[in-house]
Amino acid sequence: MNNLAGSQTIIEIIYLIASALFILSLRWMSSPSTARRGVWAGEIGMVLAIGGTLLHEGMVDYTWIAIALVIGTIIGIPLGMVQMTAVPQRTALSHAAGALCVTLVGTAEFYLRSPDVPPFTMSVLSMEIILGALTFTGSLMAAGKLQEVLPQRPITYKGQNFVNLGFLAIAVGLAVYLVMHPGAKQVFPFMVGIPLVFGVLMIIPIGGADMPTVISLLNSYAGLSAAAMGFVVGSKLLIIAGALDGSSGFILSVIMSKAMNRSFTNVLFGAFGQVAPAAAGKAEDKTVRSATAEEAAGILAAANKVVVVPGYGMAVAQAQHKVREMFDALTKKGVDVRFAIHPVAGRMPGHMNVLLAEADIPYDRLMEMDEINGDFPQTDVALVIGANDVTNPAARTDQSSPIFGMPILDVDKARTVMVIKRSMSPGFAGIDNPLYYLDRTLMLFGDAKSFVSEIVKDLGSSH
Amino acid sequence: MLINSLFIFMLAGFIGFEVIKRVSPLLHTPLMSLTNALDAIAVVGAIVLVGEHKTTFSAVLGVIAVAAATSNIVGGFLITDRMLKMFKSSRPTKP
Repeated sequence: MNNLAGSQTIIEIIYLIASALFILSLRWMSSPSTARRGVWAGEIGMVLAIGGTLLHEGMVDYTWIAIALVIGTIIGIPLGMVQMTAVPQRTALSHAAGALCVTLVGTAEFYLRSPDVPPFTMSVLSMEIILGALTFTGSLMAAGKLQEVLPQRPITYKGQNFVNLGFLAIAVGLAVYLVMHPGAKQVFPFMVGIPLVFGVLMIIPIGGADMPTVISLLNSYAGLSAAAMGFVVGSKLLIIAGALDGSSGFILSVIMSKAMNRSFTNVLFGAFGQVAPAAAGKAEDKTVRSATAEEAAGILAAANKVVVVPGYGMAVAQAQHKVREMFDALTKKGVDVRFAIHPVAGRMPGHMNVLLAEADIPYDRLMEMDEINGDFPQTDVALVIGANDVTNPAARTDQSSPIFGMPILDVDKARTVMVIKRSMSPGFAGIDNPLYYLDRTLMLFGDAKSFVSEIVKDLGSSH
Repeated sequence: MLINSLFIFMLAGFIGFEVIKRVSPLLHTPLMSLTNALDAIAVVGAIVLVGEHKTTFSAVLGVIAVAAATSNIVGGFLITDRMLKMFKSSRPTKP
């Protein structure tokens, strides 16, 4: 007995150390110079926590633990080695894996304990299951859309919100019933199944441009469901880790939705698609000026200050390495080149920063929206590569525009604007961009990667 | 016990807010993969489920849960470190 109580205390102390390491781990993420230390702290904390758990009393089977750990490692290594362009879908997949773990543990705990489940425990267990299950299928759907296995366009139908909220309401109703009748084992599968369906329905109307917000929100749900599991199994460590993850996802979702001037409810329940036909119709009668790669290279070489605005199109075209060559060529000519990163550029928070860092562009050249917006009037050339809505001046001026009020990068204030774009077709959200019709704007039609590499070639030959 | 848990949740939530607010937007993607890996600490609950082997059903669910969480731990830390390695400054690093 004494011995058992002693090992229990040791486990708790190990968990305490692990919790401190997790907090330090996030603390060190505040700056790139200490961030890798943060990863080590997290890893040490994780190894300690798993080691401590193996000391847990009443363990009879270690073989299957070992097998499961090995299987997880075998799956995890390739998930850790994916291409940087695939990071958004990988992140969505890992949200799904985390939520799967939590849902399965919750399900097992219910059947082990029912009918003897106190009301509070049943309430958090229900929360764990509902959040876990909807995050599991929702994240799989998001990963499918990001991988383009599923159509990226939002799919909407009449009464959609009503149907979705109906499913959620039924799940919550079942949870309430289970709190009152924790022995109702026949009801439990429905409380797992309905949120699974809801997770799918929730993501169907979400478009690619909303993914940064949705991924952050799913991140938050995954954390909250893990914290709920901590309440159920009585693990303080899990409550802490879940609360940290939950607040991280929540903060990111707030930043993302602010950057789109939209509320959570608007992202989740107000698909962008409907406005497309009306806004796109009036584009034809306006004229644009276009330029060749050679002309563009000449203008860039003559500039003092250039700001590059990357967007999802750069990621799709895999143009980041060519962009880096252009950066090098211009820097060699004494041109000051910086990058303006809109918070929702790309498909997840910080997506563009990772791609540009991968291409070896120093991170002190990457500017946040608020840092760089004041500099556009003194900028000779703003070069937009695969970004659209985040540069649309209609967000500032046109009250009828669906993106009115969204904070944008003020590229239209630069002396010359160059936009690399495949064609004049409107962007993802289907909103026309007045930027393209300005006198100071030159359209560079073509694939981002090949166009930038032509610019690089011309920069090399022109000196 | 439950009240204790609520206190811990509240305090950890506030710490999370304060700490994560300070993370540079530059690192939001690695932040998300790191918190994902940390969140996979749910593996401890799953390990106990497998180890105690109370019913076959709970053990089977536990094995899948351990594997899923472990894939997050391994993959999450791996990719976070790979991403962070790429962030280089053009200025010499401060001592």
